Amino acid sequence: MIIFLFKGLIRDKHRSLFPFIVVTMGVLLTVLMSCWVQGVMGDMVDMNARFSTGHVSITTRGYAENKHQIPNDLALLETTSLLNKIEASFPDTTWVQRIHFGGLIDIPDESGETRDQGPAIGLAVDLFNRDSGELERLFIEKSLKKGRLPNKSGEVLFSDDFATKLGIAPGQSITLITSSMHGSMCMQNFILAGTVTFGMQVMDRGSFIIDLSDARSVLDMQDASGEVLGYFNRYDENRAQEMAHTFNTEFNDPGDEFSPFMQSLSDQEGVGDLLKYAKAMIGIAIAVFVFAMSIVLWNTGLIGALRRYGEIGVRLALGETKGAVYRSMVAESFLVGLFGSCIGTGLGLLVSWYLEVYGIEVGSTMKNATMMFPNVFRANITVQALYIGFFPGLLSTVLGTCLAGIGILRRQTAQLFKELEA
Amino acid sequence: MKNKMLWMVILLFPIYISTQDSTEKPPTGDWVLEQVDLNLLSKNRIFESKMVIHLRRGTRTVVSKSWAVGEQMALTEYLAPAREKGVKMLKLEDRLWVYSPSTDRIIQISGHMLRQSVMGSDLSYEDMMEDPNLSLNYEAEVIEEVDFRERLCWVLELRARTNDLAYQVRKVWVDKELLVPLKEELFAKSGKLLKKTELFDIKNIDNRWYPMRIHFKDMLKQGSGTEFIIESVKFDQPIPDHLFTKASLRR
Repeated sequence: MIIFLFKGLIRDKHRSLFPFIVVTMGVLLTVLMSCWVQGVMGDMVDMNARFSTGHVSITTRGYAENKHQIPNDLALLETTSLLNKIEASFPDTTWVQRIHFGGLIDIPDESGETRDQGPAIGLAVDLFNRDSGELERLFIEKSLKKGRLPNKSGEVLFSDDFATKLGIAPGQSITLITSSMHGSMCMQNFILAGTVTFGMQVMDRGSFIIDLSDARSVLDMQDASGEVLGYFNRYDENRAQEMAHTFNTEFNDPGDEFSPFMQSLSDQEGVGDLLKYAKAMIGIAIAVFVFAMSIVLWNTGLIGALRRYGEIGVRLALGETKGAVYRSMVAESFLVGLFGSCIGTGLGLLVSWYLEVYGIEVGSTMKNATMMFPNVFRANITVQALYIGFFPGLLSTVLGTCLAGIGILRRQTAQLFKELEA
Repeated sequence: MKNKMLWMVILLFPIYISTQDSTEKPPTGDWVLEQVDLNLLSKNRIFESKMVIHLRRGTRTVVSKSWAVGEQMALTEYLAPAREKGVKMLKLEDRLWVYSPSTDRIIQISGHMLRQSVMGSDLSYEDMMEDPNLSLNYEAEVIEEVDFRERLCWVLELRARTNDLAYQVRKVWVDKELLVPLKEELFAKSGKLLKKTELFDIKNIDNRWYPMRIHFKDMLKQGSGTEFIIESVKFDQPIPDHLFTKASLRR
C-alpha cells in the first residue's frame, strides 16, 4: 500500500512537489534555528561561566548585589580558610579565586613622563600555578598573539587591541593606577609580557590579566579575593542549585553583607534569563513553523483536493469508503512530510555545520556590549537537531491534509454522478 | 552740674543708639566670610596631620606632613602607614601630581581622576585642588542665627560666583564670636547634598582661631566619615621655593 501511494506521489508531481518543497524549507529553517540558538546561547553562557560567573560563585552578599560596580571593598576575606572548608565540603568541584578591578594604564615616555593613558579592566587569576587550570579555562595560552605568558611577578598580559591602541609592545614597562580595596589610589609598574586576543569585545577593547599575587599586593587584598568560582566537569543546573542551597545554609548570614554567599550560574547576571530565553526561542520557532506550514499545506491540500475532485469522486463511486479515501490522503501527506523532513533536516544540518565551522562575525556590532559575547557567533549541532524538524514537518503536512480532507467526508454520494457528469 | 549731665546725655544718646543698632543688626554675609578667611587663610603654613578613615570594615589611619604657600602651592608627604610612606602630592595652581616611590613615577592627576578619594578618605583630589578663599569664590548671605553646639552662630548661604566650582552652594554655620565655621554642608548645582563637614577643637594660634579637628562625610559614600586631625601647625614660616617643584618629589 505504501509503495502504491509512493509511486502515485512520484508519478503525479503536482500532488507532492509543492508540499514537499514547503515542508523541506520549513524543516530546514527549524533545524537551522534550533542549532543557531543553541550555539549562540550556549557560547554566551559558556563564555560568561569561564570569564565571569563560574558554574557556581562565592562572593560576599554585598558584592553579589553590586557586582557590576566591582566593589572590592566588599571582597571576601580569609579566603585560604574558606577554600579549605569548601574543598572539604565539595571535593568534586574545582575552585579558583579571581579579582576583577578597574584602573588606568599609564604609558611613560623615555623621560618617565606620561605619553599615553587608557582606562582598562583588570582580571587577576592564578596564572603561575598551572594546576589551577585557568590558562586552559580562559583560553589564555591559545589566545596568545605576541610575546609570552607571564612567568614571574610584575608581568602583565594585555588584550592585543588595547596594546596596539596604546602603542606598546612586549618588554615595555607600563604603570597601573588603580584603587586599593580601601579606596586609596595606588600605582604599580608592570612589564608587558605578551598580548592576547580573546575573541570577545568586552575583553578585547581594553583589558589586562595579572597574577593573583600581584593583584593582592597592588590592591592591598592579602588573603582576600573578589570572588571564588567553582567549576564542575560539566554544568549541571540541579547540582549547582543544590550546592548553593547547602553552602548558604551553612555559611551565609542574610543580615551580614560580608558573609559568603553562593550563587549558581543561572542566578547570576541574567544568565538564567538567557537560558530560559534560549528554550523559549526554540519552542516559539517550532510553534510558528508548525502553524504557518499547516496553513500553507492546508491551502495546498485544498487546491490538491479540488484538482483531484474527479478522482476522489470516482473512488467513492467505485465503493471506496470516505474513511479509506481520507486515510490514504493522510498517509500520502505523511509520506510527503517524512521525506520533506528528512531532506529538510539534512539540508538544515549542512547549513548549521557551515555556521558551526565558519560562524558569523558580529564583533563590530558588539562594541558597547557589557556581557561576554563571542565576536563570532556559531551554530551548534546537537542530538536535538536530528529529530526536532520532524515535529513541524510531519505535524504540519498531516494537519494540513486533515483540514483539507474534511471536504471528502462532507461529499454526498447521491450527488456524485451529477457532479461527474458535469 | 545737672545741666552738664543733661547735655552729656543728649550728646551721647545718639552715639549709644547707633552702637546699639550696629550690634543688633546682623553683619553682611560677605563681611562674615572675609572674617572667616582671615582666620583660616595664611601666607604659608606647615602642618602635620592624621586622617582617621572610618571604612565599612574598620578604620585606617594615614599620617602626613604638608607645606603650603598661599592657596596655590602645596606639597604633602605621607608618612604612614608603611604602604603609603613616601607618597607625595604636589599642587601648583590648578595642577596636581602624585609621586609613588614604588613606581618612581610622577603622574599628573586630571579629569575624572580628580574625583577619586584621597587615600580612601571622604576627601577627593578635587577637594584638595579647591581654592579655600571663600570670599573670593562665593557670594554670602546670612540666612539665620542659631544656637549650634552651645555656640551662637550665623548660618550663611554661599552661592558660587562661577560655574566651574565643584560645590555650587554651601551652607556654613559660623561661630559669631570666633568667626570660624563649625559646620558646613556642600551642595551640587542640583541641590543634592554632597558633603558635610564639622569643625572641632578651635584653638587660638598666632592670633587666629583655627580648627584642629575636622570631620568630613561624603554623603555618596558608605562608612562613617573621615576625621582630619591637625597635630601641629605653624603659620608664616620660611619655606624654600624648590620644595614646590616636580624635581623635589623624588627627593
